[in-house]
Amino acid sequence: MTTTPPDGNVIELLHGRATLALHLLREGWGRPLLLLHGLGEHSPTSVPDHLAAWTGPIYALDFVGHGASSVPRGGGYTAEVLMGDVDAAITHLGQVTVHGRGLGAYVGLLIAGGRPTLVRGVILADGPGLVGGGIRPGSPQLGIIGEPSTETPDPFALLELSRDVRPPDYAAEFVRQAMQWCPLDTPIAVCTVVRPEWLQAVVAEPGVVDTTIAEALALYDPAPS
Amino acid sequence: MSAQVDLEPPDIASTVRSFPGARRPDRSRWVSSAGLQLATYEWGDPDARVILMAHGGFDFAGTFDGFAPLLADAGYRVVSWDARGHGSSEHPVLYSWGGDLRDAVAVLDSSSVEPVIVLGHSKGGGVVLDLAHAAPHRLTHLVNLDGLPSRGNWPDLTDHERTKMLHGELEGWLDHRRLRDAQRKPGTIEELARRRAKTNVRLPIEWLEYLVPIGAAESEDGWRWKIDPTLRPGGFGPWRPEWSMQRLPGIGVPFLGVLGLELEMMSWGTRPEDVIPNLPPGAEFVPAEGVGHFVHIEQPRRIADLVLDFLDRRDGRPR
Repeated sequence: MTTTPPDGNVIELLHGRATLALHLLREGWGRPLLLLHGLGEHSPTSVPDHLAAWTGPIYALDFVGHGASSVPRGGGYTAEVLMGDVDAAITHLGQVTVHGRGLGAYVGLLIAGGRPTLVRGVILADGPGLVGGGIRPGSPQLGIIGEPSTETPDPFALLELSRDVRPPDYAAEFVRQAMQWCPLDTPIAVCTVVRPEWLQAVVAEPGVVDTTIAEALALYDPAPS
Repeated sequence: MSAQVDLEPPDIASTVRSFPGARRPDRSRWVSSAGLQLATYEWGDPDARVILMAHGGFDFAGTFDGFAPLLADAGYRVVSWDARGHGSSEHPVLYSWGGDLRDAVAVLDSSSVEPVIVLGHSKGGGVVLDLAHAAPHRLTHLVNLDGLPSRGNWPDLTDHERTKMLHGELEGWLDHRRLRDAQRKPGTIEELARRRAKTNVRLPIEWLEYLVPIGAAESEDGWRWKIDPTLRPGGFGPWRPEWSMQRLPGIGVPFLGVLGLELEMMSWGTRPEDVIPNLPPGAEFVPAEGVGHFVHIEQPRRIADLVLDFLDRRDGRPR
């Protein structure tokens, strides 16, 4: 379910009880490029120069608790629920290519495995939240969060998504999902300098290309200039 | 259905059903966990020593109606709450293990500034293991009732089988999240009880019928379980069962673990040999014959006596 506010550039999506902001950064024809921001970030207000070569439309999604999306009470963030956020965007947009920064790179990997016929290539880039919480849980902690607020980024998001556990074999399983059901030969492009353990496992899988962002855009662009 | 948080305290009135030994709580109140409203209940003397009790997944505090009064009548103040999205508590936007842990601490904060006895069943047992690590200064004793997941008894799968299974789980999970205005299926008290009996196979149908007017809400077309319809059993994620078990050796307060030896659908599949090497020094462990996952519901008197005896002995009060 979607609604379009008067300015036309922000589309409100519903994911469960959350309201998400999907920003149209540039109109165009063909398969959209969907940008996913890093932990604590929000969507850019214009197309970043290094992504401008994409020939189709470009959208950017604010994850729950970030940017112009709603802030839930009491936290409860997981990377998996952010995958559901992206699925809400895909429900609206149809087939997409995904570019994710940091946390958005990890979530991009998840949705590439979760909706392998709808995600036609995911580009994983450096950014905040790329490392996550390591390959196994650390000591449990309660965190110190002040009074409930509707400001973004939600402090619970910063707390929980920086401790999000990412076992390498779990991450690799999402590559296998994409490889099994996505029609592309190389549905995942890793363009990061930083390679935490989950990402090392991803790069080692068949179907993953280790490349630059410019080359990855050209690889997935259905109508390259 | 979205949980409506009334200004009135959560309902603890007797219902149209009864069950031998079961008693509704003596008091109820709302507890805010960072703004999320949790229905909280108490049995026993309000000035007595607190036992904080966490229920399992897809249960609610009313499932302690048979067990909690036995502890309250022995001189304790039992405090429990409906987990977020469960029972009468608010249906949140998000769920996580960390969220459940913070909710437990919010209820604890609202109940006592002194360290308390903590007890958890099933998933609640896993959450309180984390509580014992996150805030060890808030506990005096820890009791775990069939809440010790282990790795050993999970089925081995080939990579191909795992990939295929995850594909279905991922698609099902994402499709479920796309549903709008999902509601639990309505029915009569008897129908809801029979539905619950599919996952609570060892519990008397009369007990399950007793639970319906507590854990379900009645509307024009029948009763519906109040649990958030966006929740679904099973699923996927990075969590490994052995991670909970790895909390066990580090527990620093007197510990009692009870494991139901009759395996059933809701059991973790854990065997005594999975638990024993992980017990902390001085821990007490009872592999309980003839009882399944819901040890405190099947045999409330037996399990209450185990807990009371454990507490008395550890406090130097022979019973």
